[in-house]
Amino acid sequence: MKRLFPILSILTAIFLAYGLYQALWVAPADALQGDVYRIIYYHVPSAWTAFLLFFINFMASIQYLVREKPGARSALKWIMIVGGILGVIAVYLPPIKGMIPAGMQPSAVATTVLMVPAFYFVVGWLFPGEKLDVLAVTTAEVGVVFCTIVLVTGPIWARPVWGIWWAPGDIRLTSTLVLWLIYVSYLVLRRFSNSAQTQMLAATLAVFGALDVPLVYLSIWFFRTQHPQPVIGGGGSMDPRMLHTLLISWMAFLCFCFLVCWSRFRLELLKRELEEAHAMESLVGAGGASKASMPLGRSSR
Amino acid sequence: MNALKFMIAAYVATWVIHGGYLVTLVSRYSRLRREMKEFRKNQ
Repeated sequence: MKRLFPILSILTAIFLAYGLYQALWVAPADALQGDVYRIIYYHVPSAWTAFLLFFINFMASIQYLVREKPGARSALKWIMIVGGILGVIAVYLPPIKGMIPAGMQPSAVATTVLMVPAFYFVVGWLFPGEKLDVLAVTTAEVGVVFCTIVLVTGPIWARPVWGIWWAPGDIRLTSTLVLWLIYVSYLVLRRFSNSAQTQMLAATLAVFGALDVPLVYLSIWFFRTQHPQPVIGGGGSMDPRMLHTLLISWMAFLCFCFLVCWSRFRLELLKRELEEAHAMESLVGAGGASKASMPLGRSSR
Repeated sequence: MNALKFMIAAYVATWVIHGGYLVTLVSRYSRLRREMKEFRKNQ
């Protein structure tokens, strides 16, 4: 794994450079906005990546909350399976289909519904026990970084196009800011609370915080906003070269995000290992355990 | 030309934020490694 990291870093750097080349030189200029629209290649992929990270954080948090309660864990597992199947069927029923906003494809909604149980099981399988909490803090922190980029690049794009930096009262903008504030609160809680319940409290906050993600995403369909309708899955059209560049940029950002999350995950594991070692040392000092059983004593690094 | 400045500003801001975060990660990692080394030395 240690060898894989530098190789992936080089590949990601090449991918990011290629994405930048596509964004600045290959994608054509927008007929109305000119070159300033190229901010889309950083703004939109950052938003999608932040949503994905908050979604993984949600999945890790709910599983962390029920991990020591077998009954609740089993119930949640079946809710995911049955909910996923019923959700996909429901999308194609005429009354529900009629509620899907114009331009949004039912197949896209069905795929999104199926992603919920899929992510639930993949996250639970790859990150058992305490690692769920490590994953939750990792995705929240990196998600806040990507969400910050959305909130910074958005106003920079809005100023030349709308003539204003921020549209007060616009639900897409406000809900994104609220989302950012929720996850900043989550990180502040984890940083400054020393209670034994901190991880459970943080997981609960994350579950409620994640409810804002669908509101942010769907706000432009259900409310009149200054923010434009999406060009993908929203009934709009986009030049194939622009779409290609947007997807390349997103893939490059996902690779970068993966590497950053990997580093942050390892950092959190190291921090916990040190905390555990200090706790064991205190026990040894109190005559409660032998030094040979200390985690760092075991380690040959 | 003026609009181009906004585009450059957005791209630069993105990498400044990512760069800043990577710097905090590296500094936190170095601090932890140092603390761990001291801990082992004191054992």
